[in-house]
Amino acid sequence: MISLSINGSSQSLGDIDPETPLLWALRDTLGLVGTKYGCGIAQCGACTVHLNGVPVRACQLQVGNLEGQEITTIEGVASEDGALHVLQEAWIEHDVPQCGYCQAGQIMSAAALLAANTKPSDEDINTAMAGNICRCGTYTRIVEAIHIAARKLDQGGTA
Amino acid sequence: MNNLQNGYNDPLDAFEPKQARQLSRREFIKLSGMGAGLALAVVSVPFSKSATAATDGVEYNLFIQINSDGVIRIYSPNPEVGQGIKTALPMVVAEELDANWSDVVIENSPIADEYGRQVAGGSRSVPTRWDELRAAGAGVRAMLIEAAAGEWSVPSSEVTTNQSMLIHAFSDRRISYGEVANLAGELSPPMVDSLTFKNPEEYRLLGTRITGTDNMALVTGKPIFGIDLQLPNMLYASYTKCPTIGGRVVKANLDEIKALPGVITAFVLEGTVGVTSFDPRGVSVAPGVAIVAESTWQSFKARDSLKIGWDTSEASSDSWSDYVEAAEELRGKEGAAVLLEQGTAAQVINDAATKVSSQYGFGFVSHAQLEPQSCVAHWRENMMEIWSTSQTQSEVRGSVAALLDMPKENVIAHQYRGGGGFGRRLDNDYVREAALIAQRVDAPVKLQWSREDDMAFDFFRVGGFYNMQASVDENGKLNAWNSHAICLSADGEKPNSGAGLRPMDFPREMLEHFKHTQTLLPSKTPTGPWRAPSSNSYAFVEQSFVHEMAVVAQRDHLEFLIESLGEPKWFKEGDSASLNTARAINVIKTVAERAGWGTKQQPVGRALGLSFYFCHAGYVAEVADVSVDKDKKITVHKVWMAVDVGPVLNLSAAENQCQGGVIDGISTLMGLEITMTKGRVDQSNFDEYPLLRISSRPKIDVHFVKSEYSPTGLGEPAFPPLAAAVCNAIYSVTGDRIRDLPIRKAGYTI
Ligand code: FES
Ligand code: FES
Repeated sequence: MISLSINGSSQSLGDIDPETPLLWALRDTLGLVGTKYGCGIAQCGACTVHLNGVPVRACQLQVGNLEGQEITTIEGVASEDGALHVLQEAWIEHDVPQCGYCQAGQIMSAAALLAANTKPSDEDINTAMAGNICRCGTYTRIVEAIHIAARKLDQGGTA
Repeated sequence: MNNLQNGYNDPLDAFEPKQARQLSRREFIKLSGMGAGLALAVVSVPFSKSATAATDGVEYNLFIQINSDGVIRIYSPNPEVGQGIKTALPMVVAEELDANWSDVVIENSPIADEYGRQVAGGSRSVPTRWDELRAAGAGVRAMLIEAAAGEWSVPSSEVTTNQSMLIHAFSDRRISYGEVANLAGELSPPMVDSLTFKNPEEYRLLGTRITGTDNMALVTGKPIFGIDLQLPNMLYASYTKCPTIGGRVVKANLDEIKALPGVITAFVLEGTVGVTSFDPRGVSVAPGVAIVAESTWQSFKARDSLKIGWDTSEASSDSWSDYVEAAEELRGKEGAAVLLEQGTAAQVINDAATKVSSQYGFGFVSHAQLEPQSCVAHWRENMMEIWSTSQTQSEVRGSVAALLDMPKENVIAHQYRGGGGFGRRLDNDYVREAALIAQRVDAPVKLQWSREDDMAFDFFRVGGFYNMQASVDENGKLNAWNSHAICLSADGEKPNSGAGLRPMDFPREMLEHFKHTQTLLPSKTPTGPWRAPSSNSYAFVEQSFVHEMAVVAQRDHLEFLIESLGEPKWFKEGDSASLNTARAINVIKTVAERAGWGTKQQPVGRALGLSFYFCHAGYVAEVADVSVDKDKKITVHKVWMAVDVGPVLNLSAAENQCQGGVIDGISTLMGLEITMTKGRVDQSNFDEYPLLRISSRPKIDVHFVKSEYSPTGLGEPAFPPLAAAVCNAIYSVTGDRIRDLPIRKAGYTI
């Protein structure tokens, strides 16, 4: 019986195989499908979640090793009262997505960046976002939206 | 650079209705004899959520429902795979309806014959839907006006609309669309010829920036992609096919597999003999072993224990290296088959003082859409229900019905957002696999391909080669052209889908001496349409070669390119697929001006490169600002694009497509290649298929020229010009002419 702390609440995974990647436990067992499968080998970043605040690839983590750790997924990024994270707002307003499939992972990587660095430079963004592929090529808008979100944060927005 | 024909076989031509479809009518309405009335009947498709949800409110036609509380529901008919169509098409409806955009709720339409061509391909969604969507909007607006006029007992001509409100100015009365929705629903739909449409100057939505309708769902992780669908009691399947494409299962250790944790069942699908070719309507299924389990992970993990004996006697034995050798043999030669000839091109070039003979090549590429293929299928009582991300939704039902040998009425299809398409989801191969698996399972099943499946079993963008020869006269003007397409062919008669593009208007129309020949190399590897089929590779060849000619002629590239296009002329007046050189020259001049072409000295190690291409009715010119260091590391600093696709419907999405086209262009040019060895694809995942990362993005300046022509799609024309623009710049910096894609093979990195 494995249970994980996900988005602030404890979730039981039943008698799941402890080798199951967190990605598939989130998607199939818990129905948290915002975390995406793209490659399964830590190349694309579509499965990015936070483990104790650090961005990680959910396809690479076995649930058996995660007992007692804090996991945040895209579904838990907005604050509890429903207010969107400044990145989510910026993504919507700046119309970042094309197909949108990579964007949950992009936002998770960007959220970890903003949590550590509220005024990231283009270079900081390049480094933090290097593990996230966007096949549709929305990189221009991703960078712009991170800067917009940083400004919103500066003006008291929610992160 | 202009309308180039895809050999004989535009893969999407099969989907074009014979003639423009008239407005859909679900049932006969009183306007008998005229095919253009608007349907009033309620959309009712079995199992269709969107249709049955219409409890309160009136469905005026296939696209519009208005509730008495003022909510305006617009059904978007065509598949969304990231091209923004789910937002763009409803904008067209809402514009002519004069709806307040904040009242609009957008839903995917059902998949039904009444909706005609429900396909995302060929950048044709906008042009083929334009007339009917405008009529749908304007028609309902007319009905609402008539209802309000009746209510107020005033002539209809005195009633105007303004953003979901009906107004009678003389008596200063106003009423909302919602308040007359039911009344209007009792009226007969108007005739299309009687409708009044807005003048473009009156547009409030079209041409502005409207953000994507699914943005909120996307950024909060809501289940909206095909892969996200979960049904009660759903099971999960993997499907293992022969790594040598086209191999057949002889034996498999099914009993061992069935005993593994979570595995419900495992079985062999006999499938079709040999290699399957691209056919969205087809019935072929690649042979393999299905494992049905309680979770995706269990269905994947069980594959590690799978032992399958394969028979590869009918399989592909293609090796990319063989094609490279064959092309080398043909270097400098014409092809035996002469497809087009005028004048004496070979002779003129032979006698010319200034001429060039070059061979170009480009590899296979994968679609690599980020969401690997998946499909949910549910079989019960002779009904098959399918939830897919197909780009050819209107073919799904027919294809599955033919496969299962049952009436099309017994197949229900639902469209889901696809995580990228680029043409991969045009074929319904994975849908048919899911259907066959579901038929043997007593529950809904989600078939999930791994990334490795996705990369190995694609309908690839075909690789190929071109021998190019041309000459210039004593004035440095292009005077003869002789091209030879060396292309892959599955049937030995015609080039494969996406191969063997041949020049049509340009440069043939401008030259007295022109020749095009062809050689077919036998190949079994499945190929299919990939963003801007054929043009995606040929544009690189043509536009690099034009630059080569400008260089040997010692002419400025911009001046040479414009001169080569000749006098402003639309070759087939009124046909959007035919080159209009006035529009071509306009975008070329515009991009040159914006990029400051010829006006400033570039620093050492840095240069501008120019390219232009016309395809899918769109005109795109690009300038790339590129530097190259001594280790062959390139930096694309900036790309300018000038685009003419008629009036742009949604500026935000259009600009996004253009930016994406540039990124995709750099990605593909730099590093992407699929090779195969004796029928097996050599690459398996993104570690061997290096898509561009964020740090390599250039600045991108997108400019849409003002255009009076009808709107056309942008997904495809945004891609082709980039490769030549960058390679031409690299030449200008280094003197190294790149004739092979991807360029990492020549030692370049980014
Ligand atoms: S799915 Fe985990 S990094 Fe790609
Ligand atoms: S928006 Fe499609 S992969 Fe990023």
